Amino acid sequence: MHGWRRARLTERTRQTATGRTLRLDVPEWPGHLPGQHVDIRLTADDGYQAVRSYSLAAPAGAGAGSIELGVQATSGGEVSPYLADDLPLGAEVEARGPLGGWFVWTPRESGPLLLVAGGSGIVPLMAMVRARLASASDEPCTLLYSVRSPAEVWYAEELDAAAHRIRVRLLHTRVAPDGSARPAGRIGGPDLRDLPPSAEGRCYVCGPTGFVEHVGELLLTTGYAPGRIRTERFG
Amino acid sequence: MGSLSPGFHGRTRAFEGRLPPGQYPTESFPVLSAGPTPHVPTDRWSFTVTTERGETRSWTWDEMMALPQEEPTVDIHCVTRWSKFDTRWRGVSLDVFLDEVDSSSEHVVAESFDGYTTNLPREDVTGGKAWLAHAYDGYALSPDHGGPARLVVPHLYFWKSAKWIKGIILTPDDEPGFWESAGYHGYGDPWREQRYWSD
Repeated sequence: MHGWRRARLTERTRQTATGRTLRLDVPEWPGHLPGQHVDIRLTADDGYQAVRSYSLAAPAGAGAGSIELGVQATSGGEVSPYLADDLPLGAEVEARGPLGGWFVWTPRESGPLLLVAGGSGIVPLMAMVRARLASASDEPCTLLYSVRSPAEVWYAEELDAAAHRIRVRLLHTRVAPDGSARPAGRIGGPDLRDLPPSAEGRCYVCGPTGFVEHVGELLLTTGYAPGRIRTERFG
Repeated sequence: MGSLSPGFHGRTRAFEGRLPPGQYPTESFPVLSAGPTPHVPTDRWSFTVTTERGETRSWTWDEMMALPQEEPTVDIHCVTRWSKFDTRWRGVSLDVFLDEVDSSSEHVVAESFDGYTTNLPREDVTGGKAWLAHAYDGYALSPDHGGPARLVVPHLYFWKSAKWIKGIILTPDDEPGFWESAGYHGYGDPWREQRYWSD
C-alpha cells in the first residue's frame, strides 16, 4: 500500500447538526471498495500529528482521484470537530488507504443485501447503497436505518429518491415523523419482517457498539447465520 | 506546497513516551469485532492446547479457574488508533498452559469460538507476556469484550488478543490469521506502528 498522499478539501456538505460529508481531491488515488475506510492525518504547526480513520461514503469510479468521507463531530474530540467545521475549503490534509478488507461489498456478490445502519453508521453502508444503485443488479436490497429523529437522517433526499430501486426503512428511536405508522422506539423483531431469505446473501451492520450488539442478536434470533453477518462498530 | 491542516493544534502531546505513534488515549473501552458477538456459557466452555503432532490438553472452566491467577495492569493499543492506559485484568498466564505440553513449535495460532484466528510467535505468548483473562476491572468479562475468556497480549496491537478464545494451536510455520489475511501486519508491534502488510 502507498503511503500518505495529500488530500485537498473541495466540498463540505452539512448532513445533520453534527454530521458532515467532505469531498477531498487525492491525486493518484488507487480506488477502493464500498465499505472501506481511510486514515486521515492532521499536522499542527509544531509538527505534532494526529490520525483518525473515516469511512468512505461513495464508491470509487465516477470521481476517480476524489473521495468522500463522513465525519461525525464528537464533542471535545481532537480531530472530528476540526474536520467537520474548521478545515478551510481548499486546504490540505493527508490521507492513506484504502483500508479494511472485510467489511466490504461489491455488486459482484450474488444474493440479497441487507444493510442495517445506526446513526452515522450509515456512512460505509451508503457507499454500498450507491454501488448497488450504480450497478445493474436486481437482487433485493434493503436498508434499515435507525435514527433518533427525522433531523438526524444523513443523505435524506438521495435515499428518498432511491426508494423505488431499493427498500429503505427509517426507524426512528426518539421522535417519529407526524403520521408515522411506526411509533418511535428501538429497532426490534417486527422491524425485521419481510426481509430477504436469511439463508442467502449478506448482512452488514454498522453503528455504535450497543446498536450493533443489539442488531446482531436480533438477526441471529431471526435465523441469520453468524457467518453471513459482518459488523463494524463505532466507539 | 502549503502547510497542512491550517489551524489544527492537537491536544495529546502530554502522553508522549507512553502513547505509541499514531495512537490517541481513550477513557472508554471501544469494541472491535468482525461479526456478531457469540455467547459461550461457562459450563460448555473449554480451553484446548494442540501441539504440532495433534496432541491435545484441555481445561474446563472450573479447572482453569483453579489454576494460579494473576492480575496484570497493562496499557492496551488498538490498531484503530485508540490506546487505553492501566487496564486491569484477572486470568491465567499462558505459560501455565503451554508448560503442560511438549512442543518445539515457534509459532502459535489462537482460535476463537466464532471462528476467528490470529497468529503470534510463541515467544510473544510465553515468559509472562500473555494471559487468558476472564475478568476486567474486577468484574467477569462481558461477551462484547470477549467473555467468558479472551487472550490478552498487551505488547501487540489488540487484535492479537483474541476474544472468546477456545484454544491455542502450536504450529511449525507462521500461519496468518483472520485480520492478518485481510491486510493487517503479521506481527503488530504498536511501537513500530506495524498496522498493515506494507508497514
